[in-house]
Amino acid sequence: MARSVTQKRKIINTAAAWSVGLLIFFPILWTILTSFKTEAQAISDPPVFLAFDWTLENYTVVLERSDYMRFLWNSIIIAGGSTLLGIIIAIPAAWSMAFVPSKRTKDILLWMLSTKMLPAVGVLYPIYLIFIKMGLLDSKIGLVVVLMLINLPIIVWMLYTYFKEIPGEILEAARMDGASLREEVLYVLTPMAIPGIASTVLLNVILAWNEAFWTLNLTAAKAAPLTAFIASYSSPEGLFYAKLSAASTMAIAPILILGWFSQKQLVSGLTFGAVK
Amino acid sequence: MSLKKTLYAASAFALLAGASYSETTVTIATVNNGDMIRMQGLTDDFTAQNPDIKLEWVTLEENVLRQRVTQDIAAKGGQFDVMTIGTYEVPIWGKQGWLVSLNDLPDAWDADDLLPAIRGGLTVDGELYAAPFYGESSMVMYRKDLMAAAGMEMPEAPTWDEIKAAAAAMTDKEGEVYGICLRGKAGWGENMAFLTAMSNSFGARWFDENWKPELNGAEWTATVNYYMDLMNNYGPPGASTNGFNENLSLFQQGKCGMWIDATVAASFVTNPKDSTVADQVGFALAPDNGMGKRGNWLWAWSLGIPAGSDATDAAKKFVAWATSKEYTALVASKEGWANVPPGTRTSLYENAEYAKVPFAAMTLGSINAADPTAPSVKPVPYTGVQFVAIPEFAGIATQVGQEISAALAGQQTVEQALDKAQMLTSEEMEAAGY
Repeated sequence: MARSVTQKRKIINTAAAWSVGLLIFFPILWTILTSFKTEAQAISDPPVFLAFDWTLENYTVVLERSDYMRFLWNSIIIAGGSTLLGIIIAIPAAWSMAFVPSKRTKDILLWMLSTKMLPAVGVLYPIYLIFIKMGLLDSKIGLVVVLMLINLPIIVWMLYTYFKEIPGEILEAARMDGASLREEVLYVLTPMAIPGIASTVLLNVILAWNEAFWTLNLTAAKAAPLTAFIASYSSPEGLFYAKLSAASTMAIAPILILGWFSQKQLVSGLTFGAVK
Repeated sequence: MSLKKTLYAASAFALLAGASYSETTVTIATVNNGDMIRMQGLTDDFTAQNPDIKLEWVTLEENVLRQRVTQDIAAKGGQFDVMTIGTYEVPIWGKQGWLVSLNDLPDAWDADDLLPAIRGGLTVDGELYAAPFYGESSMVMYRKDLMAAAGMEMPEAPTWDEIKAAAAAMTDKEGEVYGICLRGKAGWGENMAFLTAMSNSFGARWFDENWKPELNGAEWTATVNYYMDLMNNYGPPGASTNGFNENLSLFQQGKCGMWIDATVAASFVTNPKDSTVADQVGFALAPDNGMGKRGNWLWAWSLGIPAGSDATDAAKKFVAWATSKEYTALVASKEGWANVPPGTRTSLYENAEYAKVPFAAMTLGSINAADPTAPSVKPVPYTGVQFVAIPEFAGIATQVGQEISAALAGQQTVEQALDKAQMLTSEEMEAAGY
């Protein structure tokens, strides 16, 4: 039976949810506001919230100085490519773990996750040397592969959890009707897990988009994505916070908009299977 | 002509045509500061003279850049053809054979015109390993109005005691004006750059002639005690996290009476667009203690070519262009003399037009007052004014900086901090085989 919720309680809950939401969003809001200030207003003490002379100067300067479209294109290829490749590899892996588990499946899942416990810098040098040998430094394909590998454990884990929710009997029925393994995965399992797959894709695009260790260390001029674009506006000797904020806003805008429009899928996917 | 011959001729022509249009790409790694950004904007002049060379820029934050280029040069990644590096890296990398010698740049480039202190810092065993793009030192920036209100006058070459007296006179904690703002944030290029330079004027040194650290000796103790005294009595609150940008912000908002930091700050604090005190800033040489050495540093952002580059010739052409007298003249004609990259060439300081720039003479005086080959009063086995040019230094000094920053935050005494610093430096140096 559902618990009755009083009007007062509802108001308190809503207010609390809004405050937490605003608190989390505030740094992004502040960055966006700062990007419209002059450099002097950006550091003024006490800080100004809305009552300043709004200017687009920072955006003009940033667009003039950097080839934004090239960074953006690289980000799209790297984030999109690594997610797509990851999904293609993870669907069969998650299928086998969810529907034909062996004695070691749990261990394998844990072992996969344990690779995320190693600090990335620990393998920087080996990967850098491999990249030199294979001529992959500053190439998009190299980054697609590395980011795919880094996010693969998360993709497999998420898909595994979603697949577990799907009754094995449905797949069995498909098999009885003469579906091959490929058809079973492609035409029966995948369409049923679409919400789960969609939220996995979205989350991984966001993770790959924001990845700033490998994308900075393995690129130079050609394959540098938006993370390198932001890094080029940071300076320890000079107060360029307004320009840095403009560059940051431009870098996060595409992913923010994507997240905004797909938040329904994201939420339903993330809570998929949470309530039984 | 037979078909065969025609084909040969056509292919030869195609090859020649291909060769004449083949482009060499030069990838330049650089930092985000005003002079470097200006150079990127003026490269049309270079590409017009060299249509066969294409320039690609990788601009990164200073610390990210340092890590990125070090990793690439050590692993021979060949990602960059020109690297923006400082006076700390050049002697170390030159000794390792990681950089291409620039002794064969054209005569017109005029290496003899470089300021001797700067050239000395970039030369190893007679080989120039990087061309200086701009040089910087440190100096005192002070508020003329606050000094006048206190009935004082800043000498052109003050002593530390005169600085302390001025700081005391200008401090008005209730009005949020602090007599002096100095770096407190931990790091070899942060508080330790300032303190190492300051310690030179107190007669201190990092190591004696046998590479034995002297951090808990009398001179270092005197230096750090003096610094703590200034900061605790006349400095802003929370100074242990203040770096260049934090102090710049405080000074621009009129909250510092004095600030001793990089000469590059002069153009920021005198810019009326960003600074509320732009017309009230005076400059003086970094202080001394009458021991023959001043407390200022020396740094030159320079362009070096990594030994693994596959475009060495094109890279040399670019380096020669960017650090030439002609480039200086180009900047002056487009953006005025005040925006010319300072501190590398004697000829610039002989130029009558440049002499009119308010902080020109002080910058030159500061640079000439620092000698990287003999930084302190006593002899030392190393080169470098605000650093020791050995690979281990960055790691060691950052740890020492953390100890001193902790003392400034009140977590330990100066003696405790320096004892720990002495111990960790001895251990690290022993492990490194000194």
